[in-house]
Amino acid sequence: MTVPVADRPASRPFAVRRFFARHTIGLIGLTILLCAVSAALFAPWIAPHPPSAVNLMARLAPPAWVEGGSMTHLLGTDNLGRDILSRVIYGAQVSLSVGAGAVVLGAIIGSSVGLLAGYFGGWVDAVLSFLINVQLSFPFTLLAIFLLASFGGGFVSVVVVVALATWVNYARVVRGQVMSVTNQDYVEAARTVGVPTLRILRHYILPNILSPIIVVASFSMAQAILTEAALSFLGVGVGGTQPSWGMMLNDGRNYLQNAWWMTAMPGIATALTVLAGNLCGDWLQDRTDPRLRK
Amino acid sequence: MTAVPVIHAKGLTVEFGVRRSVLTGRKAGAVQAVSNVDLTVDRGETLAVVGESGCGKSTLGRALLRSVPIAQGRLEFMGKDITELEGDALRAARHQFQMVFQDPYASLNPKMKIFETLAEPLRVHTTDSAATIRERVMDMMAAAGLAPDFASRYPHEFSGGQRQRVAIARAVILRPDFVVADEPLSALDVSLQLQILTLFRQLKSQFSLTYLFISHDLARVFGFADRIAVMYLGKIVEIGTAREIYAAPAHPYTRALIAAAPSPDPARGTERDALTLRGELPSPANPPKGCRFHTRCPLAMPVCSEVEPQMVGLGGRHAAACHLVTPG
Repeated sequence: MTVPVADRPASRPFAVRRFFARHTIGLIGLTILLCAVSAALFAPWIAPHPPSAVNLMARLAPPAWVEGGSMTHLLGTDNLGRDILSRVIYGAQVSLSVGAGAVVLGAIIGSSVGLLAGYFGGWVDAVLSFLINVQLSFPFTLLAIFLLASFGGGFVSVVVVVALATWVNYARVVRGQVMSVTNQDYVEAARTVGVPTLRILRHYILPNILSPIIVVASFSMAQAILTEAALSFLGVGVGGTQPSWGMMLNDGRNYLQNAWWMTAMPGIATALTVLAGNLCGDWLQDRTDPRLRK
Repeated sequence: MTAVPVIHAKGLTVEFGVRRSVLTGRKAGAVQAVSNVDLTVDRGETLAVVGESGCGKSTLGRALLRSVPIAQGRLEFMGKDITELEGDALRAARHQFQMVFQDPYASLNPKMKIFETLAEPLRVHTTDSAATIRERVMDMMAAAGLAPDFASRYPHEFSGGQRQRVAIARAVILRPDFVVADEPLSALDVSLQLQILTLFRQLKSQFSLTYLFISHDLARVFGFADRIAVMYLGKIVEIGTAREIYAAPAHPYTRALIAAAPSPDPARGTERDALTLRGELPSPANPPKGCRFHTRCPLAMPVCSEVEPQMVGLGGRHAAACHLVTPG
């Protein structure tokens, strides 16, 4: 009996290689993100030094591979002699939790607003679009400082404020997407069948606008992490003794000339995390669209 | 027929783009897509609505299903006035009247498996158990000529003809009393058109359905429809049994439509030349005065641009709205 070539079960190494080839982007993104998340979760066990341990004898030590560096401080130390690797690892806690919290909160608020505005139109849309425009025309930094100054800093406040900065991204994209999806025959078909409005929104509209929401979420995560950094820079961040990447960038600002690693290390960490978010977003976008799924 | 008709519409009017001015309260820019239409659909019949694109035939079909707002007139379904039905009551009533859409590529939710799409009407309108729903969906798929393993697939995996079968199955699974099919063949190629038409016929006899079949192709519906209504610019200009319309079309527009259909008989060539339609459909926002067809009618008389002709009975169920027609 002869078996056509195409029908033969793929050999194991081949199947593995094909899996990696198909999901390269997602795997890279997931790996980086997983590194960042495990750094945040297991910081006390991974970090070689306590993040706030000051060692004035070893101030501004360069990374290990630069002349004058040592293996004690792999990524060098800052102006107070604190270990930069440890601070970057601990910094992931603040950046990722603020990023994740703000993305979830912003997506919920923004998508709901966009969904209602896009589906119902009319005066609902007019009111919500007005809200969106008010938010867009408001100088956000001013609003953030005002809110954080009057309600106090802390993790929850920062998450709420950063979510307030990003919800419009979702609202605008979702509103437009909902408008085009609502005009599709399958939504009219659902109405003709007699599907209740809430069920139409959940089963017909939402699944078909998930990909753009995911894309916006990945961009918004980048924006959230950067916004958190900016707020830390302005002294209204999560605060406390917790190092954050934004705060470290700010600390390194004055030493850029002679200790570039103070800025570069948290900068690279931020950039990689943002990149990982975008790669995952891209990959998820392909995966959530059955037309693109193989 | 003495039974209560499935659909009885009186003076049905649908308007689009109506904006009430904030200052004057006056209506502006109203387009009457369907204008003062009387229509009765009897139980068990297939009524075809035929006309050019833009004549309001799709809008009429949607209005009968309460999918577009009715501006004026009265609509009865199975003897019950549903003109004013709103909200949950309207939603609940929808299991009795369903629709098949023109484009099978657009009318199925791309994120829902075929099974989910077909189960949706049952989940919304019945309290059937999951097992019963599964059974009913599988039965319906078999009746619609769909293989059982299609259930777990997504719409994008299917051809247009298969998708249209799914869309028809969705419309019929609740055993509705009335199905509006909005040009269900025009997105398909000719060989598939016949298959789908056959499916419509089979389902009709199997579930004793009543169809309103919208088409732009008069020739296509002759062998299929019991009665035919010809629409022009938001109005029904002629209605009658398929036999009456085919044997003795009374309205010049109907005659032009029949003449426009391709015919294997070269002898009909001369007649066709005489009745060819000239020009475009006038804008429904600004319909011609008098008879709406007079701008394109080869037989127009002075009275046609002044007085709007009324429906005149021609014996049997045949009626037409034209000044040339005399009651028979």
